[in-house]
Amino acid sequence: MDNFINLTQLITPASLIPLFPLLGFFITALFGKQLKHFSGWFASAMILLSFGLALHLFLNLPANQSLNFNLFNWIKWGNINLAFGFLIDPLSLVMLLVVTGIGFLIHLYSIGYMHHDEGFSRFFSYLNLFIFFMLLLVMGNSYLIMFIGWEGVGLCSYLLIGFWFKNDSYNDAAKKAFIMNRVGDLGFLIGMFFMLFYLGGLDFETVNANAINYPAGSSLLVAITLLLFVGAMGKSAQIPLYTWLPDAMAGPTPVSALIHAATMVTAGIYMIARSNLIFALAPFTMEVVMWVGVITSIFAAIIGIKQTDIKKVLAYSTVSQLGLMFAALGIGAFESGMFHVVTHAFFKALLFLGAGSVIHAMGGEQDMRYMGGLGKYIRITWLTFLIGTLAISGIFPFAGFFSKDEILAASFGANKTVWILLSISSMMTVFYMFRLFFLTFSKSFRGTEEQKHHLHESPWTMTLPLIVLAIFSVGAGFLGMPAVMSSTHYFSQYLAPVFEGSKSLITEHHHADHGTELMLIGIALSAAAISIGLAWSFYVSKNQIPEDEPQGLSKWVANKFYIDELYNTIIVKPIMVISDILFVLVDKLVVDLIVMAAAWIVGFTGRTLRLVQTGNTGFYIFAMVIGMMVLMFIQLVY
Amino acid sequence: MNELVEHGNPQNWYLVLSTILFSIGVMGVLFRRNGLIILMCVELMLNSVNLLLVSFSAYSGNTEGQVFVFFIMVVAAAEVAVGLALLVSIYRNLASTDINILSKLKW
Repeated sequence: MDNFINLTQLITPASLIPLFPLLGFFITALFGKQLKHFSGWFASAMILLSFGLALHLFLNLPANQSLNFNLFNWIKWGNINLAFGFLIDPLSLVMLLVVTGIGFLIHLYSIGYMHHDEGFSRFFSYLNLFIFFMLLLVMGNSYLIMFIGWEGVGLCSYLLIGFWFKNDSYNDAAKKAFIMNRVGDLGFLIGMFFMLFYLGGLDFETVNANAINYPAGSSLLVAITLLLFVGAMGKSAQIPLYTWLPDAMAGPTPVSALIHAATMVTAGIYMIARSNLIFALAPFTMEVVMWVGVITSIFAAIIGIKQTDIKKVLAYSTVSQLGLMFAALGIGAFESGMFHVVTHAFFKALLFLGAGSVIHAMGGEQDMRYMGGLGKYIRITWLTFLIGTLAISGIFPFAGFFSKDEILAASFGANKTVWILLSISSMMTVFYMFRLFFLTFSKSFRGTEEQKHHLHESPWTMTLPLIVLAIFSVGAGFLGMPAVMSSTHYFSQYLAPVFEGSKSLITEHHHADHGTELMLIGIALSAAAISIGLAWSFYVSKNQIPEDEPQGLSKWVANKFYIDELYNTIIVKPIMVISDILFVLVDKLVVDLIVMAAAWIVGFTGRTLRLVQTGNTGFYIFAMVIGMMVLMFIQLVY
Repeated sequence: MNELVEHGNPQNWYLVLSTILFSIGVMGVLFRRNGLIILMCVELMLNSVNLLLVSFSAYSGNTEGQVFVFFIMVVAAAEVAVGLALLVSIYRNLASTDINILSKLKW
């Protein structure tokens, strides 16, 4: 009874969480001109309020309980009754805390970063709108609400990538992201139709309850999960729909940190973790998810090695890390995947914000070839960036070590090939991250004198988020220590109720014993050490700088294997040609003809009939009488 | 006409009279150019109908037709008030009530 009262008391704070960012959006959008730079503080305060409420829920929601409530009945049609409601359980709470917590830090950071931008208020209204949709996405208690958030964050992503809309190539990047996401969303949408038709609803409870009646591996569930995964591929930038994410770096750096590293791109992972039951019932899809993740992880890591733009390296790193998370999901290690989502959110946001701070110091320069030696000038950025780099490299005791190790251990138990491939991809991650770090911060400055004179540490609004995120990048990992170090894995214990249903369905990989675990940790750490050594020898000892015109294989890698060009040739160009043909044949010849003919006929009739309007009253009366007589005549005859 | 009267009943006399009055009204509206006369002819048409209604009312022995007549008279009074006001206004502007002058509103 106590619990019942407790839960109903939590409904109001839970419903308020998404409302604050929405309010912030309206106010900063409508009164941005009047608020000037205050709008940044206002928007940040809104997110802080949401974070406070999320924390309140986190502290007060009883363990092993979830809060599932409908706010109103939304669509009622025949047997279909779709309600608008929220679900607060450990999984959504983890995401809520990450979204609002990191969201707040990035808002704060943006106040400093965007200070001189003329679109200051517009930027914050978009950011708040994004947080609102992201909260809908993670809080929704049905696929429909999730889809609203899903589309909304896509829209905000588009708006923010093309934030500096005066630059054509930025607009192209925004359109590319939007259109590629549409491809994925179509899969999601069709998947939802299937669920509505065969599983009797869209809310998670109904879907799960009905899905359990189908045998594992039934074609229906495989189809649904594959379609959902297509949606996840688009949103989370997996092969073959990943090319938008590197281009999305056109947006301001805080956007890259918030949307294209920490939150939105992990929506695909969240969606699969949320649907863990139906995915567990479709082993074939799990296999597909795993392999797509593994291949993306290694492919993006290879491309990342040869990039010279500081943000592009981080973008490919994100794609690669997302691949790692999908691989974890595909193996059935849902908690490990979610754990990596959380730790990745911390250190990747940190890295992006650090990169933003570097770009800020460099006056807009993003090419690492013209950096170097920055460690001396921007101490805080240097130190926090080092922590982020160590965390993503999986060095003990930083956060990335624990989550990555967990995924590697799970893959070792499930499939040795996958383990080897993921280990290689992790090694490459370490290499390109330290390459980035050494090129940016070590040795001597390679930019112009003017830039050197301009170098300065960022204001406190920018460094404070860096420091906080750095602390979390160090500490977050201790929530989930491997069995060999601690007996309780707080993170998976907390999430356990969410994945209860699917646990029995996944072939249990017996937990690796402590010896194997230590061996895996040893292998991972020594591989990382080798990579760091390699990066050191290339970029510090030999002081190499990536050449402008790479030759041979590295030319292919530097040009991202010409995947963009390939897509252009096989998809974009044919569509252009077809639309040109249709424009001439159908639009010009058929549609235009019909429309023009209709207009001409109306015009002709009007031109002719207007002559009746003589202006002569006598004539009108005469016509009226004649008319009456005709009517009377008709009446008499018929 | 004789046949009408001989073989029919007295009601037919009223029919004939109101038809004649109505036709006179129509002709007046059609062929006169003076606005005032046209208004008068319109009144004539209305009253011919009134006559017909009253006669039918008396013939069929119920009062519905007479009630109608009252309504028509009220409407006619209102119509005349508006029509005369228009005419006065036209006369003040053009110093004439010839409706053929009023032909500016055309294509």
